[in-house]
Amino acid sequence: MRNAYRLLLIGGNSTMKHTISVLVENKFGVLARIAGLFSGRGYNIDSLSVAETTDPTVSRMTIVVRGDESIIEQITKQLNKLVDVIKVQDYAGMPFLERELILVKVHTSAQTRPEIMQIADIFRGKIIDVDHSSLTIELTGTSDKIEALLDLLKPFGIRELVRTGKIAIARK
Amino acid sequence: MKGCEIVIDALLKEKVEVIFGYPGGAIMDVFDALYESPIQFFLTRHEQAAAHAADGYARATGKVGVCIATSGPGATNLVTGIATAYMDSVPIVALTGQVPTPMIGNDAFQEADIVGITRPITKHNYLVNNVDDLPRILKEAFLIASTGRPGPVLIDLPKDVQKAESGVAYPTKVELRGYKPTYEGHPQQIKKAAQEIAKSKKPVIYAGGGVIGSEAAGELKEFATKTGIPVTTTLLGLGAFPETHELSLGMLGMHGTVYANYAIAESDLLIGIGARFDDRITGKLSAFAPNARIIHIDIDPSSLHKNVKVDVPIVGDVRCVLKELNKIVKRCDTGAWLKTIAVWKKKHPLVYERKDGKLRPQFVIEALREITGGDAIVVTDVGQHQMWAAQYCKVVKPRSFLSSGGLGTMGYGFPAALGAQAGFPKKLVVVISGDGSFQMNIQELTTAVNCNLPVKVLILNNRYLGMVRQWQELFYKGRYAATCLARNISCPKICDGKAKKCPPYVPDFVRVAEAYGAVGFRVMKEKDVRPTLKAAIKTPKPVVMDFVVEQEENVFPMVPAGATVQEMIKGVELV
Ligand SMILES: Cc1ncc(C[n+]2csc(CCOP(=O)(O)OP(=O)(O)O)c2C)c(N)n1
Ligand SMILES: [Mg+2]
Repeated sequence: MRNAYRLLLIGGNSTMKHTISVLVENKFGVLARIAGLFSGRGYNIDSLSVAETTDPTVSRMTIVVRGDESIIEQITKQLNKLVDVIKVQDYAGMPFLERELILVKVHTSAQTRPEIMQIADIFRGKIIDVDHSSLTIELTGTSDKIEALLDLLKPFGIRELVRTGKIAIARK
Repeated sequence: MKGCEIVIDALLKEKVEVIFGYPGGAIMDVFDALYESPIQFFLTRHEQAAAHAADGYARATGKVGVCIATSGPGATNLVTGIATAYMDSVPIVALTGQVPTPMIGNDAFQEADIVGITRPITKHNYLVNNVDDLPRILKEAFLIASTGRPGPVLIDLPKDVQKAESGVAYPTKVELRGYKPTYEGHPQQIKKAAQEIAKSKKPVIYAGGGVIGSEAAGELKEFATKTGIPVTTTLLGLGAFPETHELSLGMLGMHGTVYANYAIAESDLLIGIGARFDDRITGKLSAFAPNARIIHIDIDPSSLHKNVKVDVPIVGDVRCVLKELNKIVKRCDTGAWLKTIAVWKKKHPLVYERKDGKLRPQFVIEALREITGGDAIVVTDVGQHQMWAAQYCKVVKPRSFLSSGGLGTMGYGFPAALGAQAGFPKKLVVVISGDGSFQMNIQELTTAVNCNLPVKVLILNNRYLGMVRQWQELFYKGRYAATCLARNISCPKICDGKAKKCPPYVPDFVRVAEAYGAVGFRVMKEKDVRPTLKAAIKTPKPVVMDFVVEQEENVFPMVPAGATVQEMIKGVELV
């Protein structure tokens, strides 16, 4: 049993996405510490977003990472080890709400514009800019919703895409 | 007070007695404040040596070691020493000068982002932007360095901050909401561990540097003798348990004893205490202690489950946990197990060739051990000599064997020994070094002589970067690329090993020692070993002993990197 686990530790490939919320001291250099921890230990960050909380001395980072159980365990422990980290919470296995905001500029022509606007509308996206050959949509939602919209827009030609990265909040 | 005075005031309040360092433009104010203070300052001849000396002082005394350097090159020279301390969890505080705050980021003269550079090799570090923060930061630095899993902390002091005035007093206490090390082990887990121990028939204790760091050698001895469980230690754990004790198995791992590694391979319960299951210990992970359940006691939660899955993890200070454990454990049924081990010990002792009369490094260390009776602080460098020292010193007391384990830093030994000697001016401090390693901080002979630190340096001179040469012999078909220290420009590109004109030693360490004002001895024959060691110990000055030993002696036993115990190369067999 234990040997099986060990092999998993060594060759593990059962990677899963985890959303981790990290409360940190709102000081300069903290972001570099966290980023350095990930790069130095070879962990992959899918996305990271950071901003002040209601307490101006504290910032919250929402980090989306991928890895098997043992890697995620190491990541949370290593984060906890940093003196500037106040609290680490892995949202895996608990109810939480997540959102991401994107701005996407799509190539348009007179023919495709109505269809694109219709798609944006279905997703409750906002058209925030238009010109002769493109149109910019703002959309907030879960990763699934955003991926679905992008999928539909792709055939028209996505000129530019800007994403905030995921933010999340526990339900309780 | 000015910033620079706040620094010295804090050091005094933290009971710092000695500092190692090197001055320069950006740290002159602190040096100025140090000038008339009661703190003893040791001027090393290289900042790296200052960091190692602070480390050696900390390992030998258990107190926080302090080193200081200027900005830019002074600070970057500290890096190897800081990384060495970080890997081995040694509490040091490093103070560096920095260019004035308005100039930071402008590529000013001697500016280096030392906080950025040392972020991954410090437990924590600070750039002080405001002099009013300085008292708190200093207090935090000493707290962080010395508590929990200890480690180095660096404080970068811009020149204008050193000069600025502040009325903020030195705090008596600081609270860090992100830093709360766990000392007490979970009672439930401790109970579980006791149950596992009671059930086991073939238990082994595997003790690391954490036992020494938490001052738990007494508790470990009580634990082992009460339960009757044999103890093997890591390199950093040497001294955590007396190697003269019948329950001692010596060191385990790559160059550990055959019986320690056999015991691990056969054990049904492995109790890791203040150790981290590093690859030099485990070899091939999937074959490490294949039949054992594992209890792991460590103050650093991230050490648990990192390399092996643990059945009973206990987060806590080794000493606190062992104290609790000792209250409930009983004698184990290890009679048969200890007999099996005794047979292994008899069959596979540490041995080396003695019949040909050649001078062998192991012999020198055995003689040293005999003469000192283990009553010396031994500090090693890195290489074959380090492993022989670990095998043959038979360490009995904590903090009497200092070695760079995690980073494996050549050049560590001599300056670290100076630090240890500064902490214990009356004790015998011996460096076991190699001809390669010693040259990495040989300039510290001046420090030793000028500061009257009468360290005895014992060079096991094999004219090789011996450990690398051994790997070349075993794993690279004997192609000795760049490991011969006697090699010079007139040697053939591919050494045929037959060049008769090879000098017997390079350089002449005896004359080097004398040039620095130290005493030098050379030993070429076995019969001169003991008299020379005795003479050196009697000499009240730094001494360099150049033991010209058998060139191609190898360190055995050896479990090759990533291999299993079955693949261990045992070396010379008893006849
Ligand atoms: C700073 C540094 N550089 C390189 C190495 C790689 N290395 C490990 S052991 C060794 C040889 C050490 O030679 P010496 O000090 O003569 O000791 P010996 O092995 O011959 O006893 C080397 C080069 C190291 N550990 N540290
Ligand atoms: Mg050598």
